[in-house]
Amino acid sequence: MKIAFTSEGTTWDSLIDPRFGRTENIVLYNEESKELTSVDNSAVKNDAHGAGTATAQKIFELKPDVLITGNGPGENAAKALKHLKMRIFTDANNLTLRQAYNNYLSGNLKEV
Amino acid sequence: MTDRKPLKIAIASGKGGTGKTTLSTNLAAYIAEQEEVVLVDLDVEEPNSGLFFKGELIHEEAIFKMIPQWDETKCTLCGICPKVCNYHAVIQIGPTILVFPELCHSCYACSDLCPTAALPMIPKKTGTLRDFGIGNLHFVESLLDIGEAQAVPLISKTKKYVAANYGNVSITIFDSPPGTSCPVMEATKHADFVILVTEPTPFGLHDLSLAVETMRALARPFGVVINRYGIGNDEVIMYCREENIPVLAKIPNNRKIAELYSSGKLMYRDFPEVENSLSDILEYCVKEVKGGIA
Repeated sequence: MKIAFTSEGTTWDSLIDPRFGRTENIVLYNEESKELTSVDNSAVKNDAHGAGTATAQKIFELKPDVLITGNGPGENAAKALKHLKMRIFTDANNLTLRQAYNNYLSGNLKEV
Repeated sequence: MTDRKPLKIAIASGKGGTGKTTLSTNLAAYIAEQEEVVLVDLDVEEPNSGLFFKGELIHEEAIFKMIPQWDETKCTLCGICPKVCNYHAVIQIGPTILVFPELCHSCYACSDLCPTAALPMIPKKTGTLRDFGIGNLHFVESLLDIGEAQAVPLISKTKKYVAANYGNVSITIFDSPPGTSCPVMEATKHADFVILVTEPTPFGLHDLSLAVETMRALARPFGVVINRYGIGNDEVIMYCREENIPVLAKIPNNRKIAELYSSGKLMYRDFPEVENSLSDILEYCVKEVKGGIA
């Protein structure tokens, strides 16, 4: 399984970025290879609108099975994400990626 | 005052709630006592100039913007459209092209660059324009539909309607939205003169200075009207002096003015000093715009 996080940084100790569209980074964890990689998403800062759909497009291209985020996607992004076969977990605010991943494994995150 | 080229005055502000509508409605009604005038409410997200006039509805029309509509049968999923959309209004999720109409700026890039014509542009209603007649006063307002994020296309089409129908009227007043973003620029960029209404407070000064920068960027001639004069401090006056910005009038802070406004009434008839200010403002605008007097 491939797990995507919206993240302020790029490591397991980074905090979850509570924002979906305007997340600083998208961090990917490949459970098979145990590899942690990241994609910089800071370019959306220049967009007044459309950050949600832009990030949804990016997430689609990364093809994760699971997304772990904070506040949850906004209206436009949610419409786009509906077309993905991806489970979405929210409310990981103020957690590090490691804590959020453990909460996901133990079933302690809210699924959209 | 009848033999000059038509004069377009925009009334704007950085800060909201400084008195744009107060000035627009009173100035328009004051001019209408003498001659034909057009008042256009371009604050399309919350037009309220109409609260001050009871007129006859002359014309009403729906305003549309163009958006792409995906034709699944023609699409080859080549991936060009999401790449050329600067506004992320068109995205491709697997075998599906999603269009987000409220993000679309009607630039036609996706539609024109689609090799199989799978994104034809179709009209989408964004608001309603209404045109009222009240004696010498033509009052035009537009209201953006709920859920629509973009005011600019509606403002632009409202201006076109006014130009087509009232282009020969000697004075047109545009009541602009607050702030300094795209809708304000659209509402002011064709004005011959812009009046920035502010209040003499730190907030008023801060937002005035942003509005001044905007007007300088747009190369619009402008002046300042200080409303609720008497509250706050002298910083706005000092700022205007340092920046060589003309202060066209000071409207006093007066509870009675606020009471009249809040009950939807014009105030200049009850306040001779305000009527004098309106006269000064109008005279300044006419003089300032070159060739104003034939």
